[in-house]
Amino acid sequence: MLKNFAEPVIEGLLTPPILFSRFLDEIPAGVILLDKHCRVAYLNRAFEALTGFSRKDSLGVLCRNILRGNICINRCPVNEVAKKLQPVSLEGDIINRERRLIPVRMTLAPLMDNKGKLSGYIETIEDFRIIKELDVRKSQAYSFMNIIGKSPQMEKVFQILPVLAQSDTSILITGETGTGKDLVAEAVHRISQRSKGAFIKINCGALPESLLESELFGHKKGAFTGAYEDKPGRFRLAHNGTLFLTEIGDLPLSLQVKLLTFLDDKVIYPLGSTKGFQVNVRMVAATHRKLEQMVEKGRFRKDLLYRLNVARVHLPPLREREADIRLLLDYFLNLFKNQLNKSIYRFSKDALAILLNYNYSGNVRELRNIVEYAVNITQNPQIETESLPAYLHEQGSVLKRDPCENILQYEVNDIPETYKKQPSKTWADAEREMILEALVKTKGKKTRAAKLLGWGRSTLWRKIKLYELKV
Amino acid sequence: MAKKLIIPIYADEVAPRFDLAAEVYVLIKVGHDEIEEEKIVVLPQASAEKLCHLILTENIQTVICGAIEDEYYQFLIWKKVTVIDSVSGPWLEALKLYNAGRLNPGEILCQRSVEGKRVNV
Repeated sequence: MLKNFAEPVIEGLLTPPILFSRFLDEIPAGVILLDKHCRVAYLNRAFEALTGFSRKDSLGVLCRNILRGNICINRCPVNEVAKKLQPVSLEGDIINRERRLIPVRMTLAPLMDNKGKLSGYIETIEDFRIIKELDVRKSQAYSFMNIIGKSPQMEKVFQILPVLAQSDTSILITGETGTGKDLVAEAVHRISQRSKGAFIKINCGALPESLLESELFGHKKGAFTGAYEDKPGRFRLAHNGTLFLTEIGDLPLSLQVKLLTFLDDKVIYPLGSTKGFQVNVRMVAATHRKLEQMVEKGRFRKDLLYRLNVARVHLPPLREREADIRLLLDYFLNLFKNQLNKSIYRFSKDALAILLNYNYSGNVRELRNIVEYAVNITQNPQIETESLPAYLHEQGSVLKRDPCENILQYEVNDIPETYKKQPSKTWADAEREMILEALVKTKGKKTRAAKLLGWGRSTLWRKIKLYELKV
Repeated sequence: MAKKLIIPIYADEVAPRFDLAAEVYVLIKVGHDEIEEEKIVVLPQASAEKLCHLILTENIQTVICGAIEDEYYQFLIWKKVTVIDSVSGPWLEALKLYNAGRLNPGEILCQRSVEGKRVNV
């Protein structure tokens, strides 16, 4: 069919012979025909437009000098195609004659003669510029100030946040650990009219009561031993801005009263001062605790809850946002591969199956950590199951159950401190949760719990000691 | 004043991509045609930024290379480096033509053949 290099003709397909160039030029993707030694035999107009090399320029030249792709240099697929006689498709980039870097997908396929013998290759080059741009736009479309999600639950959050940001009311953000409460608080500040003011964050659970009071409200010189000078406190630092109180559920009762006074009068009284200061601060509070339950137990003031609860944003756990898991996996893969300058393009099918079925008890934070670990570990263009943290595939079936589901129904203060402080990230955490779940189910009977876990009683006892569980 | 030239190479050829070259040929000439030094330097990492840095720190005046992104091309031109780009084929051949003052950007110097038969264009 191919008669000569200058004007090859296709005969026998239709009644009149067809010029091969016209046939090939109608294909919108770049097509290049190579001989067995990877030298250019023919190419179409789309290829000329993409690379800037004409048929005449390219004839008989090694394909890597015309295509100038990163794949040609780093992992030329010719040997693989010649060996397996199967097409190979890879994503990469080329630099054309205008010195533009163009993202492309290259598909190299073997050309066989009538006897099934390899006689050359056909390579198609697809311009991925539009697709890459769409990817960027798509990822932006499903996000709000770095919060990613396309599930209906998150769409509701994205719709309400700009409205809340424009008002000046207090906001209470609730949700499990790792759901992005801090991100939401910062996003609210950034899009509010207070964005030019300070965004001050304080973790109510991180400091002892005496220090926390001084941190929040400030103190006068000599108010207590060690108070050598006046301290303004976070409220005054956040003047004309936003004060974000995270872990508000851990705020001691005495400070809850003081906070309530501020919410009513907008005046703060530093420690040791009789003079109050008027401050213009918007309050945003967050907690992973169930404040209503704490109110019932008398551990949180009802009136403070009502003051804070003017506007409430609940961030759903990742297990209720299944539609977002894939989006987040791709987002973090892209983020870390760029940060670490690695050429990783996707997750393998098996790895993806594990990641999509895993129950993320540590929510987005845990997912992010898993992807960061995998991107660091992997040396291939795709993330395989071996690159995932061991606890994901070794004990996958156990983890598919929700280990916290039952535990979280119990009062949070009944759970040992070691468990409360650490979101599930490792196998040790998961094992600790399993033990707790078994003990809750068996009402604290260790023999039955050990049986449920498939361990001996001494193993359970050893692990309880190891994880410092108070049972 | 010494004249310095660099060619990013890939085995016997000019590296098809400036940013992916792992080796460079460096030539330092004094006077009209006297070679003071020539060497092949293995780069610790293929990177356009690091190669540009090397070119500037070594006071290279001429670069003969294959495909180069416009960003780096314009940067080198701005730094008064002569860049002869889109050159493909054996780097020794490119050097010979350069020394003869006949090397142009976009030069394809390799022997052309299809299925073992030489092709003339």
